[in-house]
Amino acid sequence: MPSIELTVKHAVGLHARPASQFVKLAASYPCDIQVRNLSTGSDPVNAKSILSVLTLGVNSNHKIGVTATGDQADEALAAITDLVESNFGE
Amino acid sequence: MAEQHLKGIGAAEGIAIGPAFYYQPVDLVIPDRLPQSSLVEWSRFEAARDQAQAELAELKALVEARADAESAEIFEAHSLMASDPALAEAVEARIKKGQIVEAAVQESSDEMAAALAAMDDEYFAARAIDVHDVGRRMLRILLDAPDTSMDALLEPSIIVAHDLSPSDTASLDPDKTLGFCTAAGGLTSHTAILARTLGLPAVVGLGSEAVSRIAAGTRLVLDGSTGAVVLNPTARTETSYREQGRALQERQAAMEERAREKAVTADGTPVEVGANVGDLKSMQEAVEFGAEGVGLLRTEFLYLHDTEPPAEEKQVGIYRAIFEAAAGRPVIVRTLDIGGDKPPSYIPFDTELNPFLGWRAIRICLADEALFKTQLRAILRAADGHNVLIMYPMIISVEELRAANGVLAEARQELKKEKLAFNGDVPVGIMVETPAAALVADALAAHCDFFSIGTNDLTQYTLAVDRTNERVASLYQPLHPGVLRLIKLTIDASHRQGIWTGMCGELAGMPQAIPILLGLGLDEFSMVARAIPEAKWLLRRLSVEQAQAIAEAALELGTAAEVEAYMAGVLADLRQ
Repeated sequence: MPSIELTVKHAVGLHARPASQFVKLAASYPCDIQVRNLSTGSDPVNAKSILSVLTLGVNSNHKIGVTATGDQADEALAAITDLVESNFGE
Repeated sequence: MAEQHLKGIGAAEGIAIGPAFYYQPVDLVIPDRLPQSSLVEWSRFEAARDQAQAELAELKALVEARADAESAEIFEAHSLMASDPALAEAVEARIKKGQIVEAAVQESSDEMAAALAAMDDEYFAARAIDVHDVGRRMLRILLDAPDTSMDALLEPSIIVAHDLSPSDTASLDPDKTLGFCTAAGGLTSHTAILARTLGLPAVVGLGSEAVSRIAAGTRLVLDGSTGAVVLNPTARTETSYREQGRALQERQAAMEERAREKAVTADGTPVEVGANVGDLKSMQEAVEFGAEGVGLLRTEFLYLHDTEPPAEEKQVGIYRAIFEAAAGRPVIVRTLDIGGDKPPSYIPFDTELNPFLGWRAIRICLADEALFKTQLRAILRAADGHNVLIMYPMIISVEELRAANGVLAEARQELKKEKLAFNGDVPVGIMVETPAAALVADALAAHCDFFSIGTNDLTQYTLAVDRTNERVASLYQPLHPGVLRLIKLTIDASHRQGIWTGMCGELAGMPQAIPILLGLGLDEFSMVARAIPEAKWLLRRLSVEQAQAIAEAALELGTAAEVEAYMAGVLADLRQ
């Protein structure tokens, strides 16, 4: 099962616009994608659910772990890595 | 469409012209019905979800066109929440358990909102309100109720409503609100107060029948001075009102131009006009609007947002910043005035049947001496080098006043012993806000340096009316002759005993009351900062003798309605 670890650098964390972008990107892939907050040791949640992602409370400089299973899993993780590492296009 | 005229009570001066935005908070009630098959219930959920998405996309596009990217982002998030798979799963599970779709949507969105609200990080917790909004939108669609929430307010409009509650107006965008017009309410209703605070024209008390004749989108002219509302005005009517509006603006500009000058009556008597202030920001606003002092500095803001009482050092810093912003103007600091209606978490409250008659204000402070003394020490220390006065709220007896003064004396002694710098010459006063205090004002005056009449509570306690209770709010009449006579008693007693009386309730800033109060001999007027320019303008137009005659005539009247009608005539003359 492909998985990655990323650090969210954006000032607001996974909240507001970055959270929306993250969820929309995840939802555009057919595979199942789970995300968890490694900094708080949270359980994994559905990365396509804005409500679940918000409850992770990912703040600036928190580490997240993302796993994907199913069709286009690798592409999905690559795209999510790009989004987070480009600091959500800012 | 023919021009139509309606008449209500002018509650906040000004002319507004624009389309009607009909605001009706819809009561969304879960229907009492048996569930259909879970397939049918589920397909209704899917349809509601689609419609919510469509509505939100439309809202987002409209807001983007207005180049308001930040608001557009909120609707984007709402859209994602509406289509959220976790929400859908929760709804589906409830439907499978035999719930109807309406209940499933409400419970699921409430549950998700509660999970967010419980987060430690306030930034994330604040999103609970969005989930709640989305749940309400879907429920409204399922119930086929009209969309009349404030977020549909997109172009500058006149808000038309039965009445507006504080929670309705919390979501109001002041940039898109031209004025208010309500079926219910009087001069002191929440709508009227809000309108005056925002500086927007308002007409209240139009009656339900009249308001029901205003369809959404109808073009309206609203005159907040006369209470006139014109539906579908002709071009000629609109032009005439536009001119009136311009003239009024010029008059207001003239008032504002002289707002920073002292208020001196037509016969040369100076009158002190100050502002009520609740934090540093409103202190700065007060100076801008021409306040000569602060007649009421509320200190509750220090206590309500924390999990423990504010430490002395922290208080000293905050008070000092406000005193410095006052730049030499006198500041009257009211000691902590809280109660069971809005309890801080660290003060234990029992459930009270009557929080306004219960454990509050000076009663708490005298029982919790450490809490009280910390505040008094902080005020005395911050007052070093500044013009500061202290007053106690809700005093009903000489014993209370003596006890409070006792704690103050201890605070002074401690500071002296600890060799900390403080102001040893801070005058002490009390709020006269209970009928008892007004009636024993003579005795109280012997133990303090000044009175400040709190008319909001004095009105509430004298008339036994809780104005937040909608069913009796119309009985809340600060111009009730009973209230006016207690004010007279208080002022007279203070002058007999050689002390002065100010006022920091809403009445002090109401044009309808200012001539009476001047006539009764009120020494200091303190009000919301925006009301200062007009109050000074009025005081300059009156002589003390003229005001005395007005006060005498008003106090002989038997009802609040008679006083209001009489004062409307007086004001019309003064404004000519």
